[in-house]
Amino acid sequence: MGQKKLSERAIEWGASAVAHASILIIALIFLFLFAEGYKIFAYDDPLHIFFGTDWQPTSQNPRYEMLALIVGSLVVTLGAMLIAIPLGVGCAIYLSEIAPPHLAEILKPIIEILAGIPSVVLGFFALVVLAPLISLAFGVPSGLTALNGALILAVMILPTIETISEDALRAVPKGFREASFAMGATHWETIRHVAVPAAMPGITVAILLGFGRAIGETMVVLMATGNASIMPTGLLDPVRAMTSTIASEMGEVAQGSAHYFALFMVGCILFAISFAVNLAASMIVKRGQNS
Amino acid sequence: MIHSRDVNLWYGRKQVLFDVTLDILANCTTSLIGPSGCGKTSFLRCINRMNDIIHSCRVSGEIRVGGIEVYSPKTDVVMLRKKVGMVFQVPNPFPKSIYENVAYGPMIHGKNDRRKLDAVVERSLREAALWDEVKDDLQKSAMELSGGQKQRLCIARALSIEPEVLLMDEPCSALDPIATAKIEDLINKLKEKYTVVIVTHNIQQAARISDYTAYFYLGKIIEFGKTSEMFEKPKEKSTEMYLTGRFG
Amino acid sequence: MNRKHMQWLAFTLLKLCALMVVAVLFVIIFDIASKGAGAISWEFLTEAPKNHMTQGGIFPAIWGTLLLSIGAILLAFPTGVLTAIYLTEYSAQSRTIIFIDAAITNLAGVPSIVFGLFGFALFVAFFGFGASMLAGSLTLALMVLPIIIKTSEEALLSVPHSFREASLALGATKWQTVRHSVLPYAVPGLLTGLILGVSRAAGETAPILFTAAAYFLPSLPSSVFDQTMALPYHLYILSTQSFNLKATEHLQYGTALVLLGLVLALNLAAIIVRSHFRRKYRW
Repeated sequence: MGQKKLSERAIEWGASAVAHASILIIALIFLFLFAEGYKIFAYDDPLHIFFGTDWQPTSQNPRYEMLALIVGSLVVTLGAMLIAIPLGVGCAIYLSEIAPPHLAEILKPIIEILAGIPSVVLGFFALVVLAPLISLAFGVPSGLTALNGALILAVMILPTIETISEDALRAVPKGFREASFAMGATHWETIRHVAVPAAMPGITVAILLGFGRAIGETMVVLMATGNASIMPTGLLDPVRAMTSTIASEMGEVAQGSAHYFALFMVGCILFAISFAVNLAASMIVKRGQNS
Repeated sequence: MIHSRDVNLWYGRKQVLFDVTLDILANCTTSLIGPSGCGKTSFLRCINRMNDIIHSCRVSGEIRVGGIEVYSPKTDVVMLRKKVGMVFQVPNPFPKSIYENVAYGPMIHGKNDRRKLDAVVERSLREAALWDEVKDDLQKSAMELSGGQKQRLCIARALSIEPEVLLMDEPCSALDPIATAKIEDLINKLKEKYTVVIVTHNIQQAARISDYTAYFYLGKIIEFGKTSEMFEKPKEKSTEMYLTGRFG
Repeated sequence: MNRKHMQWLAFTLLKLCALMVVAVLFVIIFDIASKGAGAISWEFLTEAPKNHMTQGGIFPAIWGTLLLSIGAILLAFPTGVLTAIYLTEYSAQSRTIIFIDAAITNLAGVPSIVFGLFGFALFVAFFGFGASMLAGSLTLALMVLPIIIKTSEEALLSVPHSFREASLALGATKWQTVRHSVLPYAVPGLLTGLILGVSRAAGETAPILFTAAAYFLPSLPSSVFDQTMALPYHLYILSTQSFNLKATEHLQYGTALVLLGLVLALNLAAIIVRSHFRRKYRW
């Protein structure tokens, strides 16, 4: 490249080094989690750890079996998805296809603001407002249940699902819709049979990322679900998720103890899930770009 | 002034220029014409190595501008581009004031003295025939100028670093006929001081303003010569068909 | 049911979805604002908690959150913008970009509690910073980095390519071009990213749980190696671990309102900056 000035080269090298640091960070996260986490296998075999339901890290005869936590996370997350998918996608369809532009322009920042509410504030709301309501409505002694967590988690991931779905719908070429209208389809039929199917890959990505967001969320679940590490039997049971387990126990464990390693293994599971979710999402995005 | 020998150019695997050999004389206007996609713009962008920006682009062959070996690994692109100015198809002033637009070049080359900059701005704007229209309002945003004024501002910006060669890539394609006429007058004056190479898709424009014309077709130079001669008696069948408007 | 009625039904349902979302937001904000407003006073904002956190104010928590998020952004903003500059302006080989891009996307998806674990393992334990503002800011910085990179990339890509060409054709070097003809026009976008980054860092709890946050401290932190109180953590503690939850409810609501107000004000600022400049700059 000729006789580039030294300062020019220094800047390019610096920027390149900093940019590559992202790869390093991801690698380090994996390395540190795994390096601590895998040591739990010295205390029990993986089969028990991943498929046993007994999480009793502080008892006389400690057990570090994680299935109840994994199921706890899944119950709350799936409950939240059940609420947030129809609401989020419905809202996205309304904003991109039906609402007059000026209304959409007002609603857009409102959803951004919802996305900005700190999770601890949502958790607090679930704790002091939602939980008593649930206790009252279902006649359970405490409202701190999987249902409570699912409800507030749904609020939390709504903006994620809405925003990405809306972008996907807006990216559908106008020509598709016009072709449908020209054949005498109603507005709703056009949305249902043309716009939504065409935006389906994007909506799938929205759902995936919403799932990743929900299963990785800590404070909301920690404050809203009651934190009992037992296998849940229904939505009105208290549950304990993987994230809230780390959050509530990490502060009290001794570094280098089995409990400490177990919590890092829980972190590994979370990291693996987020990795898989992102991989799946970017594969869908890439396939969309190629076609 | 500009000597090109066997220049080949690829974008990825696609070869766009084939053995382009051309000698461009100093203080003349040379037009590069031909149907779209014929490689005329690609060739123009070889002269100041603007093709470097495109990562998949590869060039072989030799181009010399003045004494500079354009594609030699020892060549400093910055020095080359200081010597070879360029004006683009769509006027692209920076969203700054008129003054700052023209002063940008001298400033990045280390000229910071206000009085000297004032002088450069005035000279450049005068040479670009814009001075009289803007001299009272140099702090006005360049975005408020008309299309033709913007393009003359871009010419002034290119002249500010006192290049020897001025490359113009279809400079009038985004302008109306009156603005186009002004720029054509300007080009006729500019060649007294600069060597002008202009890509144009407008055959009449090439006839009006250029001393020499090169006709490109499918990445090759089909014909090159004095504009007057080529337009009267084209040697090649393909040139004649293009000039008479039978394709393009 | 005929097609017209079907459409009416579907549209009504969709409209209800949108209405629900808006209603949820208003209910939450209204609840916290109405119950929290009573707790807000000059003393609440400027004094330290008293009597085992059953009285007094939240100043140390506000201060700690400001320091933590400013620290995080000081680390993440230059790094993020430089990364974005490399990705949009410099990197030539597309394979590198794919890897860096994948890393950034993954980083954005890592759960915040995992950042907390990692921050503990690397900064607190491995580097031996202890639970400190430094460790907390570093952890938060890693978390907001992808946000800064993505918004900066968008900002840089929105600057027209012709500006770069014009500058390069004048003989400007790559860096001169970036410095004078690209960055100045990307400033609004970069600023939006900066504000969003601060707001995200200020609102997060999980990453600072074991890297920086303290339950109660008698004095403000005096060095980066000190622990600090922080608003989100304070709210968590007040609402779950207090001796008398009912008696401190007004303090909880007050804290929630201050945190919510701070974060939403920042988000609003970002929205305003973006739309203001979108209208101002048209090229």
